[in-house]
Amino acid sequence: MATPHSRDAVTAPTPVTRTARSARMRALQNFLAAMLFLLPSLFIFVSFVFVPLLKTIQLSAFFTDPLGRMASFAGLENYQRIFSEKDLANSLKVSFTFALYVVPTTLVTSLFLAVLANVQLKGISVFRIIFASTIAISAATASLIFLFLFHPAIGIFNYILDLIGLPRVQWLTSEATALLSVSMATVWLMTGFNTVIFLASLQGISQELYESAKIDGAGFWASFRHITIPLLSPTIFFLIVVSTLGALQAFTQINIMTRGGPLDSTNVMVELIYRAFYFNGQYGIAAALSVVLFVMMLALTTIQFGVLEKRVHYE
Amino acid sequence: MSETTARYSTLQKILLYALLVLMALVIAFPLYQAVVTSLQTEADVSNYPPKILPLSFNPQNFGDALALAPIPRYLLNSVIQSSIVMLAHLALASLAAYAFAFIDFKFKNFFFLLFLSTLMIPWEATIIPNYLTIVNDLRLKDTYLGLTLPYLATAFGTFLVRQFFLTIPRDLHDAARMDGCGRLRFLLTIAVPLARPALGTLAVFSFLQTYNQYLWPLLVTNDKNMRTVQIGLALLQDQERFLWNIVLAGIVMILIPTFVLFIAGNRQLIRGLTAGAVKG
Repeated sequence: MATPHSRDAVTAPTPVTRTARSARMRALQNFLAAMLFLLPSLFIFVSFVFVPLLKTIQLSAFFTDPLGRMASFAGLENYQRIFSEKDLANSLKVSFTFALYVVPTTLVTSLFLAVLANVQLKGISVFRIIFASTIAISAATASLIFLFLFHPAIGIFNYILDLIGLPRVQWLTSEATALLSVSMATVWLMTGFNTVIFLASLQGISQELYESAKIDGAGFWASFRHITIPLLSPTIFFLIVVSTLGALQAFTQINIMTRGGPLDSTNVMVELIYRAFYFNGQYGIAAALSVVLFVMMLALTTIQFGVLEKRVHYE
Repeated sequence: MSETTARYSTLQKILLYALLVLMALVIAFPLYQAVVTSLQTEADVSNYPPKILPLSFNPQNFGDALALAPIPRYLLNSVIQSSIVMLAHLALASLAAYAFAFIDFKFKNFFFLLFLSTLMIPWEATIIPNYLTIVNDLRLKDTYLGLTLPYLATAFGTFLVRQFFLTIPRDLHDAARMDGCGRLRFLLTIAVPLARPALGTLAVFSFLQTYNQYLWPLLVTNDKNMRTVQIGLALLQDQERFLWNIVLAGIVMILIPTFVLFIAGNRQLIRGLTAGAVKG
């Protein structure tokens, strides 16, 4: 106990100004060292995230030539144009409807699968792997597989409808069902990820809580409502936010299965943006559309934080 | 084990297994149907009713798929693209995580938030300028660099590795530094080996994410020899002779690498995704 004290006495005579200067030197050295370690990541983030974000906003205020170079200042004209045409309103409606179809269905299905896969039975790990398996599947392959399953003449889904005596459905080729069909494929694709997250949270809940609830006479539903749901609420909130953002940015499924059709009934925001700049060379318009989508997503996430997070039970 | 299984009565067990099997069938059905169809003849697949039982066995569909599209080349491109991104993520995330975990520096919180904010900027807000930069300014269309450059850094990976580095005693770092161990040497010989589980998660996650990318490779590749698997297969749709058994044989082939990775890295991947969720 006495040793550190006596060492202090040895270092004490150092002049105060010198220690202050060397502390500043060390702080500078640390800062420079940290910058060296952060530099590779920072370089990529600045070049391909922060600067492009600002450039998108700038681009949205300009008329562009077919190579995407800014030709003349447009002010808000690109925005006036997109808001006066029907495309944006349609795509916003389609994107939000899509999110509304996909997010609640995915969450309920995944929660059901996770609760089911959380029971202690022999061989349960096989079921856990099957339930998680769609994590390994890309949106592109899932879309192609469902394109086949949805085929009006030779697809399995219509065959199943025939077998149980229901009328056939035109799935992807009818305006009335195309968005719903794409949503079905998306729900299937997303359950893997969501189930994995739910299952991990469920396994974090102490078994003792359920045991004591059981002793108090609580049945499955009572403990599900009063233990599982409140303790899962941070996870549910996280998945609602992440899945909504994901659904609003959906592109691959649409691009492969319907290309936005029939009659724009699946023309989601990103498909509209993609067509505007990649096929029509309207970079200013596409940038303005991107800004609108970005602001919408930001607003929605803020609302979700404001409204939903209050109900989240953090430990 | 006997104690936990005793929790359910026999009837409950039967019901639970029935539900589990039913749901497993529903989830696995699209993949099952893809595999079954990939082995059918042209007559099997183009006539009604569709065949659900695996009664045909025509492995030559796989040869036909290879003749229809240069699938090995697509696979090679995807593996190169995904490996570049994966290795860059491992390196850049470890470097940045070292700074956040072991160095006390000014504006640390600012830089941390800066990294965090990249997770909140959606890709569609940056993709047009990135496309113009890569294709028009840097002329990197149809190159591996163009495919990967904008995606080389990872905020998610940085946090994942940082969380792991924070569990390494700070005294260990300071003592090693006192003994004249350089920062980079500490990172490479002590921190990285200790953080292998986190780096494993990041490797699997980054590889799968890149392998499954769609819009970016669609934008920056045009040459048939530079297409990645996702784009190459989606383009099979445009073939004149579009045969489902052959397309699905191609799909089954490109699913194999991801499934191998999924089965092998299942635990690591799940642990990592969960860590991401908790932080989200």
